[in-house]
This record gives sequence, structure tokens and C-alpha cells, in this order.
Amino acid sequence: MSDAEIRRTNELTRAARLRRSVEQTTPSEVALYVVLLVMAGFYLVPIESGLVTSIKTNTAIIQTAPYAPPGAGGATLEKWQTAIDALLRGMGNSLLYAVPATVISAALGSVTAYGLTMPTWKQAYKAPLIALIVAGIFIPYQAVLVPLTQFWSQWVQLAQHLSFVWAIGVPDDYAGIIELVVTHVAYGLPICTLLFRTYYKTMSTEMIESARLDGASLRRVYRRIVLPLSGPMFAVVLIYQFTQIWNDLLFTLVLVSTESSPAAPVVLILAGLGSSLEGQDFALRMAGAFFAALPTLAVYIFFGDEFAEGVSA
Amino acid sequence: MFDLYRRLSGALGSSSPDDDEARPDGGVVSERSAPDPGPESEPGPLARVGSAVDRRLGSDFFESSLFWLPPFLLMALFVYGAIIWNLLISLTDYRGFANAPDYGNLDFGMYSRALADPGFIDAAVNTLILLVAFTGATLAVGLVLAILIDRGIRFENAFRTIYLLPMSLSFVVTAQFWLWMYNFNNGIVNLFLGTFGIGPISFLGNQTIVLWAIIFALMWQFSGYAMVVYLAGLRAIPTEHYEAAQVDGASTLKMYWRVIIPQLKGATISAAVVLMVFGMKAFDFLYSLVGGYRPPNGADILATKMVREAYANLNWAYGAAIAIVLFGMALAVIGPYLVYEYRRNNL
Repeated sequence: MSDAEIRRTNELTRAARLRRSVEQTTPSEVALYVVLLVMAGFYLVPIESGLVTSIKTNTAIIQTAPYAPPGAGGATLEKWQTAIDALLRGMGNSLLYAVPATVISAALGSVTAYGLTMPTWKQAYKAPLIALIVAGIFIPYQAVLVPLTQFWSQWVQLAQHLSFVWAIGVPDDYAGIIELVVTHVAYGLPICTLLFRTYYKTMSTEMIESARLDGASLRRVYRRIVLPLSGPMFAVVLIYQFTQIWNDLLFTLVLVSTESSPAAPVVLILAGLGSSLEGQDFALRMAGAFFAALPTLAVYIFFGDEFAEGVSA
Repeated sequence: MFDLYRRLSGALGSSSPDDDEARPDGGVVSERSAPDPGPESEPGPLARVGSAVDRRLGSDFFESSLFWLPPFLLMALFVYGAIIWNLLISLTDYRGFANAPDYGNLDFGMYSRALADPGFIDAAVNTLILLVAFTGATLAVGLVLAILIDRGIRFENAFRTIYLLPMSLSFVVTAQFWLWMYNFNNGIVNLFLGTFGIGPISFLGNQTIVLWAIIFALMWQFSGYAMVVYLAGLRAIPTEHYEAAQVDGASTLKMYWRVIIPQLKGATISAAVVLMVFGMKAFDFLYSLVGGYRPPNGADILATKMVREAYANLNWAYGAAIAIVLFGMALAVIGPYLVYEYRRNNL
């Protein structure tokens, strides 16, 4: 669009602009938007259906279409009540390990990436280390599960070492929470390091080099120059890590094991919610699913751009 | 030589004002200064070795090790230490409630047991089908979405946000949604097919389609991710390439096929690797679908079989052996990818 055209567009009234844009819309553009809307529907339908189902009574579930809102008299918040009652303690437990594990792994990832990016030592020696770290992102966790169980239950035995904590009334299942923090930090480090490294590689080296020539130590350079500039990447990494850790089921299943445990995280309770011998209570399942997803949904809605950046890096 | 000395002494001298708190890297500093005598003294054999080490590794090697070494060791212990340990356990006969495996008697018994186990073969085949079909379908949908979104549309942000939304949800949560979608009597999928006179189909009960139903659900969850990766790739292509193709009179379809898509090779490779890894981790989804270790018949994959053998049947060594097979599969994907990235100087 040329300058003259833009000026002309700005002069048009709102209505005229609208008419113009409608007139200019070609059939292929209409088709484009139709496809985009249909795809948006495809991504939203399972979520929408879950949301309306979560507020239906048992009879409304059978009588109304799965995507339709409950009619008058068919709506109830009872299932949400039950789900919140069942999941609230799990929410607390999840926060108890997800928040520290997120913060620690992001901080360590930043430090590691700095040590492997800015200081001058041979790329040929850095590359294998970085390859090992990157490979660490992709290993299937099944390959470390049995040793992990052995490590925590036979070698470290946190539950016994922390007996003074259980003495003041904390259930000893909470050793599982500490194990989850350490485990998630260790396995989250590779992705955090990689994210920070891609960011640090694009950082201008001039300031750092001149600081180094003036005799600043690496520690000082990190604290005074690199860390203050890492803010945006910290947002990306924290959001990505929090979502990953909150959503993970496998480690909680192996380290905490039962949903009846007082330290059971929310995903573990949710996985068993709403299924019983009489059949499946879908309204309860949906309400529970939404409740458990609230923190990650909130993070996604408020920090969508950072999330997109985190997953695409 | 003088430059090296200046940098070394500068780094050493400056670390003192920073030393207000106890520094745990005393050893690091002395290690750095140990090969140092070179520059001032006569270039004896020791000095030559010292400066050779520094030249070899770079002047900041020891000082920077304080930053990357401890986290690296923690990661290496949990990832590579555990994998080696897992390999060792897979060679034992460890099972049941015994506290620790007996490392005295190592053999490949668990691997031959796996080859003779039809359940294992099924799970391995299902894993391969899942990986290939899921990755292919997700990449295709993601590419189409990215191209559509890149056409300069309005409300781009809103569409992108909606497409990526399922990715932010836990497997545990999406499994609940799809359980309801695939419901025999009231599920939307059957309702939709019913308008065409098909069905109803028991998606999760029919052994021949359950795997495809799961692949479809996973595709739903992750195609937004493929779209984001492709979108970044598309935005990196200079507009001249589009213009040149149009000047040459290529149709839009031809332009994308001949000019644009070949340039997305890098994006395709990195997205495919990540998606395959997500596919191998589909355990969470299958576990939540049934709320137990036994996935629907016909949908057992190595990830679920491994956890079931180890944690439900307490066949620890057998589980470890299956895990090694799964790890080998992952390695077959990651290894070439890392070499590729290394060649492109991307590490």
C-alpha cells in the first residue's frame, strides 16, 4: 500500500471503510476466513463441550446435546463443588513443588547457559557438552524411572532423614514433594539452559568484552550485565517450566504413587476422578479437568506470547 | 603471550573485590593460576604445557566452570547416570519386593524375554505407528495453519492463541475432554458422524481404531505447536522469494510447493524431533484415559507397557529392558538431529 493510499484510507469514515473492506474482500479471502474459523472451532469444541458439560445435571447430560448449554433446570454447580472439594488439597500440593522447581530450574538454567555461552573457551569443547544437555531434553523419562525409584527409595531415603519434620505433624508423604522438586529441577535444566542459551547468543558481546578487559570477573559480568538483561527470557522460561511441571503426571505417579496420599498432586487425583464401578461421571470429570487446568490456563491467557516463544525455541 | 597474561592477571586481580562473601571456587582459582607461571618465567616445559592447556580450552575455561559445571553434573547424574544404571538393572533379574537388584548375575535374559513377548512386539509396533502417523499428521496440519495465518489476515493473534491453546493443557486434562468427545452415546464425534449416517462407533473400545483415535486427539493437542514453529520459519523467508515466484508466474500453490516449503526444512526437522518425543511421552494421556496402567486394548505403547511392567507387575528388570528399547528409539531420532545441528553450527 502506497503512502497516498494509506492517507486516503485514513480520511474515510468508519462506515465507508467498512463498506470498502467488504467490497474488496475476494471470494478466496472469504474461503480463507471460513477455513480459519472452522479450525478455530475444531480446537475449541472439546474445550467448550467440556465446559458446558461440567455444569449439567446427570439427566441434562443425557437429554441435551454435548455441545449445547444446559437448559433451565439442567444447570448445577454441584459437580464443580465436588471437584473442588476433591482437588483443592492437590492444588496446594502441586503448587508446593511446581513453584520452587520452576524458580530453581530457571535460575540454574540461566547460570549454566551463561557459563557455556559468554566466556571464551573453545567451541569444539563446548559443543559436546551442549549436545549432552540438548539430548537431555529429549530422553523419554521411562528410561530413568526404575533407577529414580531406587535412588529415592533405597539410596537417599528422605522420609527417614527428615523425621524431625514429620515429628511436628507433617505427613511423611511430603518427602515425595521434595523428591519432585529435585527431580523436576534436574530434568528441567536442559530445556532451561537451551532457552537461555539461544537468548544469550543474540546478546551484544561488546559491553561484556569491554567489562572483561577492564578486569571484571565472570561473576561480576553475570550479576551486573547479563542478569539484568535476562528479564524477558526469565518470563519465557518460568512460564514454560511452570506449565510443564504442573502438567506432568509420570513423575508424580512414580514418586508419590497413590491419589489417596495426603501429598498427592492435582494431576494424580484428577486421573482417577469420576470413574467408579457404576460408570463414569463425565460432568465431574470435566469440572475437575477445568479446575486442575485453571493455573496453566491463566498463565496461557495472560502470557500467551511468552508461552509461544518458549515452545517454539 | 602478553595478552594472555594480561587477561589472566586481570581476571585474578578483579576477583578479589568481589570476594566479600565466601567463594566456593577457591579451588577453581588455584587451578587457574597453577598453569600460570609460564608468561613471566622463562618458557620452560611446564609453562609450555600450561599455556597449551589454556590455548586449547580457552582462557575462561576454569573460571566459567563454576557456572556450568555444578548444574551440568546434577543433570548428568540424573539423566546419563540414571540411564547407565537402568541399563545395568535391565541385565539383572530384579523383580518383586526386593529392595535392590542383584548385580552379581548379569545377562540379556530380559531382552530375549521381550522378543518372545507378543505384548512387547505389539507395543513396539504401536509406538512406531503412533510416532510416524502422529508426527506426520501434526506437521501437515501445522504447516497448513501456518501458511493460512501468514497470509496477512486480520485477528492473527486471536487465531494463533486459539490454535495453540490445547498445548498449554495437561495430558491428564485433554484425556478427560477426549474421553467425552469419543463417548459412544453422547460424544460429539459420534454425533457429528451421525449426521452423515455413520456410526455410532466405539472409538476407544474397538481395537483396530483406538490407536488412530488417540493419534487424532494428540494431533489436536500439538498441531498448534507445529504451526508456531512453521510460522517462525515462514517469517524468516525474505519477501523477495515470494515476489520472485510471482513474477515468474507461479500459481500460489506452486509457489508454496516449489519455493517456500523447501526452505522450511530446518523448521520441519526441529518440530518433527520434538513431536516424536511428545509422542513417546504419550503415557500421561493413555494413563489418564483409563485412570490406570492398562490402556485400552490395541493402544498399548512401549511407554505404557514399561511403566505397567515395573510399577504394577513389579517386574523391575523387565521394565528397565523395555525402557532401554524405548531409549534406543529416541536415540535413533535425536542422534542424527544433534549431528545435523552440530554441522549447521547451531549447538
